[in-house]
Amino acid sequence: MSVAESVSTMVAGRRSTAQQARAENRTLTKLTIGPSPWVRAAALAALVVMAVLWLLPLAWGAVTSFKHEAEAALPASWWPAQGWTLDAYRQVLGNSELLGWMWNSLVVALLVTALTVLISAMAAFAFSQTVFKGRGLLQFLTVASIMMPGQILIVPLFKQMQAMGLVDTFAGIVLPQVVAPVMVFILKRFFDAIPTELLDAARIDGAGTWRLFWTIVLPLSRSILVAVAIFVFIGAWNNFLWPFIVTTDPQFMTLPVGLSTVKNAYGVQYAQNMASAMIAALPLLVVFMLFQRRIVQGVATTGMGGQ
Amino acid sequence: MTASSTSLSAPVARPSRRSAGPRTAGTTRSTRTSLRARDRSGYLFVAPFAAATGLFLLWPTIYGLWMSFTDQSLTATGSSFIGFDNYVEAFSDPQVWTTLWHTVWFTVLSTVPLIVVALVMALLVHTGLPGQWVWRMSFFAPFLLTSAVVSSLASWLFQPEIGLLDVWLAKLGLGPVGWLTDENVAMFSIAFVTVWWTVGFNFLLYLAALQGIPQQQYEAATIDGAGGWRRLFSITLPQLKTITGVIVVLQLLASLKVFDQIYLLTAGGPNGSTRPILEYVYDTGFTNYRLGYASAISYVFFALILVFTLVRLLPTKKEA
Repeated sequence: MSVAESVSTMVAGRRSTAQQARAENRTLTKLTIGPSPWVRAAALAALVVMAVLWLLPLAWGAVTSFKHEAEAALPASWWPAQGWTLDAYRQVLGNSELLGWMWNSLVVALLVTALTVLISAMAAFAFSQTVFKGRGLLQFLTVASIMMPGQILIVPLFKQMQAMGLVDTFAGIVLPQVVAPVMVFILKRFFDAIPTELLDAARIDGAGTWRLFWTIVLPLSRSILVAVAIFVFIGAWNNFLWPFIVTTDPQFMTLPVGLSTVKNAYGVQYAQNMASAMIAALPLLVVFMLFQRRIVQGVATTGMGGQ
Repeated sequence: MTASSTSLSAPVARPSRRSAGPRTAGTTRSTRTSLRARDRSGYLFVAPFAAATGLFLLWPTIYGLWMSFTDQSLTATGSSFIGFDNYVEAFSDPQVWTTLWHTVWFTVLSTVPLIVVALVMALLVHTGLPGQWVWRMSFFAPFLLTSAVVSSLASWLFQPEIGLLDVWLAKLGLGPVGWLTDENVAMFSIAFVTVWWTVGFNFLLYLAALQGIPQQQYEAATIDGAGGWRRLFSITLPQLKTITGVIVVLQLLASLKVFDQIYLLTAGGPNGSTRPILEYVYDTGFTNYRLGYASAISYVFFALILVFTLVRLLPTKKEA
């Protein structure tokens, strides 16, 4: 314990928070499972086993991706006899449209996130802090539309996109994804907690509604906005069904859709399959490692749909 | 209009924010009307969202309903009204019932472990044992993978003879299993993959709920001499009842909408034994070009979803 403490004091930067967290965790351990070293060892063992199981498929995929193609198809061995190689990555990056699809995914996910957060926050602000005729009705419609699963709309929505000329366009992929009534609901709950006095004071000072929204409401709500943005981004980056329906031209495919078309083309190229899976998995995993705390909080607060 | 000045001079008399919610929008004019009542720009703020919802949610809902009463095809432009013919056909179409059953069966198979495993993970992590960062990352990381990556990894693990699972079984002297090719096994394999993929989400929800339990309760119980198990069963688990209800309903709704991993892993096979209703909608509409009929099936499915959604909304109202 004292070793851990002395090590942590050597670490510069967030050392006090790290220490604090460690102390909290120790208290938590005492409170939940008690002081018995056996119980602790058992719980730790269970955690290790589960973590290994959960990381195994990723690890196995990673190992395969660094094998020579000929060896990848031989019965499983963790240590490749023919040595490690980047061949599969070279093949995949050189011959496929993987990077293009990744770029498309990034553009689509960023557009969906920006638009969703903006229009949801504006609507939530209107519902929460302004009064207008028909507000009740619109709010009711918003709550009711939470119940509408987008999946059942694929048929009419596709026909509509055809009529609007939006098949195989970014607009066609993005626009139907920006409707997120549940996010409006979550944000409204948060905006409701902003004291009316604060906004009234700004109004007396002559601030217009747009300025109230932009300079008071949004900055005060940064944490929930980030949470919503993270949630929307993960969903948009990984969304398969709608982009799959609305794109047929490989040039406009997002990563999930593109990958699914390539699987058959590669046939039994296991190393290449795994290499493209690893490349596709990497961006969000890296982002997660960097911003773990934020993302965990964001998913937890947003995931319940404001309940 | 005069009321606005009174409420400004006497802000103390203002009722709590909760009661200023949607229900009282039109009725509180006499008691409280802040300056926001004179703010007419609410329309402008709600307009973009309202337009997007109208165009991409409400309109397709109505259009789809209309389509379900027509013989609309994907290729032809015209269509004619055929009344309830599509619905009559849907109710007597064995494929509708089979795929609906597959959907429900998948939901049952996946939901139970998705709740139990998530709870066990959260309880273990919430012990505060060292390695918090590693546990969270390991359990949640698969959730960040897109369905195409998940099915690539899974079909590689499930590969006959040379996949990791079959190789391990062979070492134990057990025969190869048709993970995705045996009609009796495929749905279990898919549920298994789904648990691995998405359990991290429920895990985080449980973890957040656990962190919300006041520590004083544990302290008091410890002083009273309650052991670890006792504290688990008398403090922790009872406090998770509400959240479990919410997670169960969210999970049921998510599982019913299964499409991605089944389509990518087995394409509904072997022999149609894993095809979910959404894939039948997709096949009918986009492979057989029968948009009208596909819409009708969508609405039959929607009725099922709606039942679950209404169940979800009921407890929420009581709490709020």
